[in-house]
Amino acid sequence: MSLDYPAALLGAVLFAAAPLILAALGETISERGGVINLSMDGTVLLAAMVAFAAARASGDPYAGLAAGAAAGAAVAGVLAFFGAALGASELAVGFVLTLFCRELAYFVGHGQARQPGPDLGVFSVPGLSDLPLVGPALFRQSPVVLLSLLAVAAVWFFLMRTRAGLVLRAVGESPGAAAARGIAVARVRVLCCLAGGALAGCAGAFYSLAVKPGWGHPQGCEGAGWIALAIVIFGGWKPARVAFGALFFAAIQVAGIALQDVLPGLSGTLFQIAPFPVMIATLLVVNLRRSAAFREAARRLPLLGRLMPRTAGGAPGAVAGALDRGF
Amino acid sequence: MIAGRAAPLVRAALVLALALGVTLAIVFAAGAPPFDTLAVMAKGGLGSRTALLRTLSALAPLLLCGSALCVTFAVNLWNIGVEGQITMGAVFGLSLLRAVDPAGALPPDAAVAGSLVAAMAGGAAWALIAGVLRTHGRVHEIFSGLGLNFVAMGISLWLILGPWKRPGMASMSGTEPLANALWLPALFGRPMSLWGLILALAAYGFAVWLLGRTFFGLTLSAVRQNAMAAERLGLRPKRRMLAAMGICGALAGLCGGVLVTGLYHRLIPSISGNYGYTAILAVLLASGSLPFLPLACLFFAVLTVGSIQLPLELSLDSSLAGVIQGVLVLTLFAARRLWPAAGPKGGA
Repeated sequence: MSLDYPAALLGAVLFAAAPLILAALGETISERGGVINLSMDGTVLLAAMVAFAAARASGDPYAGLAAGAAAGAAVAGVLAFFGAALGASELAVGFVLTLFCRELAYFVGHGQARQPGPDLGVFSVPGLSDLPLVGPALFRQSPVVLLSLLAVAAVWFFLMRTRAGLVLRAVGESPGAAAARGIAVARVRVLCCLAGGALAGCAGAFYSLAVKPGWGHPQGCEGAGWIALAIVIFGGWKPARVAFGALFFAAIQVAGIALQDVLPGLSGTLFQIAPFPVMIATLLVVNLRRSAAFREAARRLPLLGRLMPRTAGGAPGAVAGALDRGF
Repeated sequence: MIAGRAAPLVRAALVLALALGVTLAIVFAAGAPPFDTLAVMAKGGLGSRTALLRTLSALAPLLLCGSALCVTFAVNLWNIGVEGQITMGAVFGLSLLRAVDPAGALPPDAAVAGSLVAAMAGGAAWALIAGVLRTHGRVHEIFSGLGLNFVAMGISLWLILGPWKRPGMASMSGTEPLANALWLPALFGRPMSLWGLILALAAYGFAVWLLGRTFFGLTLSAVRQNAMAAERLGLRPKRRMLAAMGICGALAGLCGGVLVTGLYHRLIPSISGNYGYTAILAVLLASGSLPFLPLACLFFAVLTVGSIQLPLELSLDSSLAGVIQGVLVLTLFAARRLWPAAGPKGGA
């Protein structure tokens, strides 16, 4: 059997996962620094529109990518201004921002709808693109795949192996202790919020310049930002696990498209909404597994109990329980 | 913080002026004539008898959902799933009508009333899924509500294109229209029902009574302010949350039922028409206070209806209504921090 079909499937999963990975990484950085950015969905959509418009105006898709990142950082800047300077509830502002950015994207992008425009095309790595399986899936692919995988490594290295990443994690874990240590907590929070927003902006650009090229009302990436938010919880705020989560959700989407050919009786709408019940189910399983009652019960089991962690892994201190406390 | 304490009216005027400025800047940046655009919106929402009727028919679902959301906000629940609850209300209401219609088992009036009750049950059931996920599954209602919105949309699309499709052809324009006898009585021959408005006002009155005049409303407030203390007092916060979700879902489902029997007379794709999200913004604009809610809903209804004229007259996207609504709420958030309200209640 030839490797063409598995390679195409792997490539499709990696391709669909690329923007999800970036958006989820952006939220990971933001939440690791103690800022919950609920505006993800609107940010992704607005950045997709800005990136497509900029790419059309300049003719250069990479200029569009930069513009998308700037748009994402700008939305995060509004959130940071409300949160840090005005002391408003980040959750409430983030939620309103997500609705606002979505409508703003549709309104401002009206002239861009259903227009032809540049996209990021295919990027071939010389020498590697002829490898079996991974060649077509990774190295003769849209550049977003390699960029997203590089971003996972870069974010992991930044958070876990650099001094600045340590400062960021300290601020997110215990703002009071970090302030006592002489760290400018507010500034670090604003910076990580901006960085997270820029990554989410890149995710939007990935959608409109590669994964779902073009702009329209609807664009086709609606809801992706919310899935990214859920993936961060699913991945336990760890970059590599978050990337696996994104691949898992992309695999569901791709499986839906692949199954549509096999089972034509099932409606296409069923597969479009499939990620959302899965999102709820994964959150249910992950949150129950992290609950104290479950850990207590599991530890009493023979053998399996040894495998249970003694403490609840997961949310950075400043973020833990923020959603349960309400707004 | 910066200025002193401001009277609420002064602050409201500042919010409106600031929001107007930001809106004009956005419209100008989009390359449209700012003042003409606002004039078209105002005329489209208030300019004629037809426009006023359209605004009133948009006010009914907004006020229904706004009253519903005040109940969940009273226990600090963010019921984002209100869109899906509207959709499921519409689906349940129509399924009852479809079941009794050919059989003629019920007189038409009873069938319509029954479909509204079924709609309330559908909305409440959909809301309780999100509620149980929150209270017993530790899944925040924002995620479950949002996910369930997409699921409800999928279910309604599947029904329209599959089991409930029109004889001969499935079409995105919706299911087969209801028989005239099964419509809510129309007003002045327009596709708008006075009953929708009456039900919305009744729901608003119910919310005012429930939250302000009953022991149940008081316990909701206790749970919001300190869930731990409420637990110690034996108020059972989880049950209160579920009850609030159920009531909210029932009212949102009623909204779906009214949309089916009073406005569209069939099930259409995305029947909730963004009313749920708009209602959330209206409640936030009213700061969760019931006396200001009808005003906020009316204002947003004018914007929503007025924006429908934009694609026709200026070839702009009708989402400008949502942009203005978002700007208003954000400027209100900013104003509340910059100029804290005077009075015994203190700042925000």
